Amino acid sequence: MKHLLSTEDLSLADATRILDTAEEMAAVGEREVKKLPALRGRTVVNLFFEDSTRTRISFEAAAKRLSADVINFAAKGSSVSKGESLKDTAQTLAAMGADAVVIRHWASGAPHRLAATDWIDAAVINAGDGTHEHPTQALLDAFTMRRHWSRLAGTPSAGADLAGMRVAIAGDVLHSRVARSNVWLLRTLGAEVTLVAPPTLLPIGVEKWPCTVSYDLDETLCKGVDAIMMLRVQGERMNASFFPTTREYSRRWGLDDNRLRALDGLGLKDTIIMHPGPMNRGLEISAAAADSPRSTVLAQVRNGVSIRMAALYLLLSGDTREPAAAPTAAAPTAAAPTAAHSKESH
Amino acid sequence: MAELHQDNSGAYLIRGAAILGGAPEDLLIRDGVIAGRGRDLAADGATVIEAAGLVALPGMVDIHTHLREPGREDAETVETGTRAAALGGYTAVHAMANSTPVADTAGVVEQVLTLGRAAGWVDVRPVGAVTVGLAGEQLAELGAMADSRARVRVFSDDGICVHDPVLMRRALEYVKAFDGVVAQHAQEPRLTAGAQMNEGEVSAVLGLTGWPAVAEESIIARDVLLAQHVGSRLHVCHVSTAGSVEIVRWAKSRGVNVTAEVTPHHLWLTDELVRSYDPVYKVNPPLRTDADVQALRAALADGTIDVVGTDHAPHPSEHKECEWAQAAMGMTGLETALSVVQHTMIETGLMGWADFARVTSTAPAAIGRLEDQGRPLETGEPANVILVDPAARWTVDPSKMATMGRNSPFAGRELPGKVVATFFRGHPTVLAGKLNTPYRWLPENTEMPGAAPAGRN
Repeated sequence: MKHLLSTEDLSLADATRILDTAEEMAAVGEREVKKLPALRGRTVVNLFFEDSTRTRISFEAAAKRLSADVINFAAKGSSVSKGESLKDTAQTLAAMGADAVVIRHWASGAPHRLAATDWIDAAVINAGDGTHEHPTQALLDAFTMRRHWSRLAGTPSAGADLAGMRVAIAGDVLHSRVARSNVWLLRTLGAEVTLVAPPTLLPIGVEKWPCTVSYDLDETLCKGVDAIMMLRVQGERMNASFFPTTREYSRRWGLDDNRLRALDGLGLKDTIIMHPGPMNRGLEISAAAADSPRSTVLAQVRNGVSIRMAALYLLLSGDTREPAAAPTAAAPTAAAPTAAHSKESH
Repeated sequence: MAELHQDNSGAYLIRGAAILGGAPEDLLIRDGVIAGRGRDLAADGATVIEAAGLVALPGMVDIHTHLREPGREDAETVETGTRAAALGGYTAVHAMANSTPVADTAGVVEQVLTLGRAAGWVDVRPVGAVTVGLAGEQLAELGAMADSRARVRVFSDDGICVHDPVLMRRALEYVKAFDGVVAQHAQEPRLTAGAQMNEGEVSAVLGLTGWPAVAEESIIARDVLLAQHVGSRLHVCHVSTAGSVEIVRWAKSRGVNVTAEVTPHHLWLTDELVRSYDPVYKVNPPLRTDADVQALRAALADGTIDVVGTDHAPHPSEHKECEWAQAAMGMTGLETALSVVQHTMIETGLMGWADFARVTSTAPAAIGRLEDQGRPLETGEPANVILVDPAARWTVDPSKMATMGRNSPFAGRELPGKVVATFFRGHPTVLAGKLNTPYRWLPENTEMPGAAPAGRN
């Protein structure tokens, strides 16, 4: 694995390896000194063409816990806003010796361009591109689901998949990179996915996706779900006639208090409620649902750092690159050495 | 026929070429015309070109070329674009109107005509804009362009759809006064706001805003009905969907005076290529599905689609070396069109070389009302002739092309067929597969030869 661009082409072996490595990274996060020397001397650039403080600080925390040097490059107010091209920006970062570029871009496919061209040789991690993919978000979601699913089964999560888990993803699928990345990854991990959305917010061609599609949230809940993920709905969609009003949207497709109560009534006591954030409380999710014990919203944020540590670690100390500081030598726990060994499986 | 300037070399005997792919015959070219056709013609001092194994065809006529000059000489000039045309087997191109300034006045179309004459590689026939500045609000002075030295007959806002139905109706009606045709770029603007690629399975996965087939088809449906209603001539640019083919077929069966065009790239490439996010595959209309490709091929073979038009659209590299959404739309085409049509239509058995001549020369010349192009290869006809080696194979290398555009979607592919020679008005602009010398117009020769004076037809 040289880049992490999408979950569509992520194999089960690679996905499991990232999730398992993240379990080990999570252990680091629980220690008093939350730091590994694994990427000492490596430079990670967070190249953000779109504002996203949450994702950026998550990657920043991940890179710093691995002792990498972090450069934050926000396109706003930089040479990019003066018309510099992606090519020139990439070549500049290459000249500065970036080992990994974490790119967030409003244009679908921008990370693929960086990876496919000779503009820069660094490892590219897609931190969300347009309405295409957001692979680390899907991985952290899967990580959260896997922990939940394994706990219910009473088995360790390392090495596990999501076979048999029923996941509903509800909201603006059309414009959601999170939904796309989740559909592919959850398919790979064996979960059963149902997309729930108004027909206007589903892409033409969705019928070919490896999932079920429903226009009816209540019916989907009635059939039983183990995780329900609510997608953020942008208020401006209303003006483009995707739905009549935010209130109608909330009534038909929101996880409101009635539906939250219905989960209990349906006997779905172990169903978790997920949201990639930031939430529109009162629109796609009610405050009670967001704050309920079922909610994994904060666990998702926490797990995001572990997943991003795993991704950076695997990409920057993979076979194609000279290892920096071998984690075996320095790590006081067994976490990192295991990760180092597991990379040999590909 | 015009008298030839002394630079235009005299006589050529093409020996043993398969004329339109038929039995080998000789063609004698002298003084700008085909002076003889038959077996074992005497050279009589003419330069002999051994053409065994080569196919002789009428010079190709492109109904749809972007030469970029005036205004974007960093992308292409009339000189470089027409060199590419000659190398690709063309003897005439229609230069689209979306230059800067827009070709919406007699002055600009005459400038383009003059640049074409100065270059001398092919006939450059300016297309006039339908509306002022391509803005879709007010008719440009179509009559002035028709009456100008450029004798414009094809009018198009290409790149932008004349979407206002009343304006389209008026344009269709008005050009009847000088036997003009409106060439429509069929793209409903509201249905394609922000559109990046064909809407379907692939766009759903890639998260690129979809460009639905219905946005093209609904405009074509409206326009053929308008053309029927007002009794006008309509040309549909770059048809790209199976549904559009059905509508054109229906319209022709109803007697509507409509012609349709397909690009070489739409005869081959599909939206699967967009999965690379490489903007070399970004084009308007977008690459569609394989079902569309097959429908377009069948339609070109059965005559529903009349012509192949390249939509040659060179762009500077910085407009393609970027994010997909930022990239310009368009592909080069002049130097690959023949090969791509041979690959997709002839080697598939859908057409022969006589059909090829129809769709690349006769029919586009008729649409543009070019009297001395697209003519039969017979004695007395203007010598716009090409020789093609159908057995040749070559690998596309955009850096070696004459066009300034490096945006060929066929880069790296091996293609069949190579233009060996191009005779433009009897003068070899291409010999042995390489550029020779341009045709030299007499400085005082400002009238198109063989053309009726403007305003009389």
